[in-house]
Amino acid sequence: MIAIHQFAFALLGKLSWSQLPQNNIERGGAAAIVLGLLLVIGTITYLKRWRWLWREWLTTQDPKRIGVMYIVVAFVMLLRGGGDAALLRTQQALSVGSSSGILSSNHFQQIVSAHGTIMIFFVAMGFMFGIINLVLPLQLGARDVAFPFMNATSFWLFFVGMALVNGSLVIGNFTAAGWLSYPPLSELKFSPTVGVDYWIWALQIAGVGSLLSGINFLVTILKMRAPGMTLMKMPMFAWSVLGSMSLVAFAFPMLTVTLALLALDRTIGTHFFTSGGGGNAMMYVNLIWAWGHPEVYILVLPAFGVWSEVVATFSRKHLFGYTSMVWAIAAIVLLSFTVWLHHFFTMGAGADVNAFFGIMTAVIAVPTGVKIFNWLFTMYRGRISFKTPMLWFIAFVVIFTIGGVAGVLMSVPAIDYQVHNSLFLVAHFHMMIVGGVVFADFAALTYWFPKIFGFRLHEGLGRLVYWFWGVGFIVAFVPLYILGFMGATRRLDHYSASLGWQPLFIVAGVGVALIGIGVAFQLLQLALSIWQRNQRRDLTGDPWNGRTLEWATPSPVPFYSFTKLPVVTDRDQFWADKESGKATRQEYEDIVLPKNSSLSVVIGGLAFLFGAGMVWHIYWLALLSLLGIVATLIIRSMNDEPEYRMSARTVEKLEHARLRQLKEYEAYHQ
Amino acid sequence: MSETAQMIEQRREHEAAEKTVFGFWVYLMTDCVLFAGLFAVFSVLRHNTYGGPNGHQLFDLPYTLGETFALLTSSFTCGLAMLAAQRRSKRAVLFWLGVTFLLGLTFLGMELNEFHGLIRAGDSWRRSGFLSSFFVLVGTHGLHITFGLLWMAVLGVYTWKKGLTDSIRKRLTLLSLFWHFLDVIWIFIFTIVYLYGSLNV
Repeated sequence: MIAIHQFAFALLGKLSWSQLPQNNIERGGAAAIVLGLLLVIGTITYLKRWRWLWREWLTTQDPKRIGVMYIVVAFVMLLRGGGDAALLRTQQALSVGSSSGILSSNHFQQIVSAHGTIMIFFVAMGFMFGIINLVLPLQLGARDVAFPFMNATSFWLFFVGMALVNGSLVIGNFTAAGWLSYPPLSELKFSPTVGVDYWIWALQIAGVGSLLSGINFLVTILKMRAPGMTLMKMPMFAWSVLGSMSLVAFAFPMLTVTLALLALDRTIGTHFFTSGGGGNAMMYVNLIWAWGHPEVYILVLPAFGVWSEVVATFSRKHLFGYTSMVWAIAAIVLLSFTVWLHHFFTMGAGADVNAFFGIMTAVIAVPTGVKIFNWLFTMYRGRISFKTPMLWFIAFVVIFTIGGVAGVLMSVPAIDYQVHNSLFLVAHFHMMIVGGVVFADFAALTYWFPKIFGFRLHEGLGRLVYWFWGVGFIVAFVPLYILGFMGATRRLDHYSASLGWQPLFIVAGVGVALIGIGVAFQLLQLALSIWQRNQRRDLTGDPWNGRTLEWATPSPVPFYSFTKLPVVTDRDQFWADKESGKATRQEYEDIVLPKNSSLSVVIGGLAFLFGAGMVWHIYWLALLSLLGIVATLIIRSMNDEPEYRMSARTVEKLEHARLRQLKEYEAYHQ
Repeated sequence: MSETAQMIEQRREHEAAEKTVFGFWVYLMTDCVLFAGLFAVFSVLRHNTYGGPNGHQLFDLPYTLGETFALLTSSFTCGLAMLAAQRRSKRAVLFWLGVTFLLGLTFLGMELNEFHGLIRAGDSWRRSGFLSSFFVLVGTHGLHITFGLLWMAVLGVYTWKKGLTDSIRKRLTLLSLFWHFLDVIWIFIFTIVYLYGSLNV
């Protein structure tokens, strides 16, 4: 009997039927995921689109398509993370006094952890990498990134991380130790289930993907700019990506180390962060924030880049204070490594240490302030048109400034002791990440959507989205500042009625509902715009009167992006070309592009099996998948011709066909 | 192809190779940060022996010095392989790569033997925070060496089959960068873990 049991463990690890969801809300979540997956598979099969999907999308190495895939995943995850948020706020509005609400305490903690993990790693990061993939090569006047195969592989690793987090909803459970799963709570002794392992391996695999992307974009920016584009002639978005990716390269290895050490503690019994055996749990908190604080700027710098493009375009002026903007980015990159301790002033490192990190935290607000003023001065005396991207900017300035001031307030250690781990902090960082990053992603999507898909999003619905999101966001988070001052802590699943917090929690819940309506309008906007795509077609390639090189290409951008690589003499090159009348010239050249490769998908599949094997302690599977990945890389290395050449004549033919089609549209609509 | 087209093509290939080498440097820097993290962890946990042995009691310096010489010499022979690649001498490249491989294997064998001895004596990573950080820091370097040996074997086969083409020489450059990098990391491990750890302080 024991032998059978041992054999079953060797074969299946911790997997068993009892790991399926036990209560109705969990079952609902699992069913939603399984049914959603079946629906997608069914639809594709019904439409007989598998071959098309495989050829055109899954195996593609075109950064524009990879970018679209990132954004699709990120948007679906926004719905999942938003659903989590709705559950949390419902629980907090109901679970007062004798009522225990709709969720058990442990389940509530799992949802909190999943919400944070998903929103940071699979929504904010997903949107960011998506937009970078779409826009960066075009802005640099390049056809591709430096390492296309690695780029596709990064996407699949990101996808696998996402799949693991959502897999935990179907079988097993997720970490209940918070989105950064601090030990000793996350150690095996206190979290014996697979929840923390899901968290570790999802982030580890997605994190490696992000690190590879970081290297990739860094090299792309430094080595692949169009001739003539010196660093100081780069569009500001490219600068912000350069800053962000330098941070990825220096911060993500720290995440890899930290997660690996926690995994070792849990699997082979090392004593890095355990409470006994000579471990040091505070070291984990230091290590994870040595990654975590730069991560905040990894997310927000590209968002700053988006604002720089949007504000300049919709004010019809060149960006105010370009040089100071560049230096502000550089300053943020350096300073972001000197502030991590402000996440745990209460650790008790002593007054001198806390004072240093407090001052550095206040200092890092300065370059950020410089940027805000630069954007405002760009608007000053500009001919501003308030299209939706610009509306998002207005919401951003208001919310980001409120959140930022709250952040500077908390940089004073004495004040931080009062509000540490309270809802005040939760309100602060949501205003930074949602107001700063997510709003920028929405603005960017509206702004660059016609470039990628060839038609504009519905403007009226876009405004509705903006109003519901913006107002809903303020209604949802301003009460949390007040609650934080009243002593409400984060991750709170139950409180006494005598505290008088319930009305504010209900207001916050109403805010979440408003945001929900906003999201519904977003889906409607997308559906309606696709429905009416022929009326909304962008025939010019330059729907917003843009300034940078991506607008010099037609909409949608052909897979080869540029018929001839541009030569750059100006910061706002396309604007300069339009002024001098050079923008309409047609020239062709031979083009070299990467071939499709299925091996990125294979590596992703094997990484998924590896992750699942590690989570469930099915070590033979983990080992085999790892060997499989090595074998796949060797097979890839045998490929001496990963690229193909397209002659100038073919390009010309394709271009003429495109122009003919364009004329037909024009004739049809006149 | 016309002469200018050929020139453009050569330039493109040269730029592509330059891009790869630069990208590899960036990767090495990220790996450097990874090791920096592990060194920091080791420094924090160095004295957390939890009643178990410390480095002074465990480390055998002459043995580790032997390991060090094996690895440093392999770095030197790897350099000789690169010089041979520049001379386009395939046989010399294969010879020196072979020597490098054997020296690397020797280093790895000695390290595993050291680990084996420690574990048999009951001083595994489970014993204390200090030993956890020791095994993981040194072991991560060992894993890199293992990967490097695998890479070297594969590239050796390619060199033998395809000869010293531009692509192969580029890959040899990357491998040698990796190998020298591991050498540098080892110097730090030898100094901080073994030499400093052997002091009874």
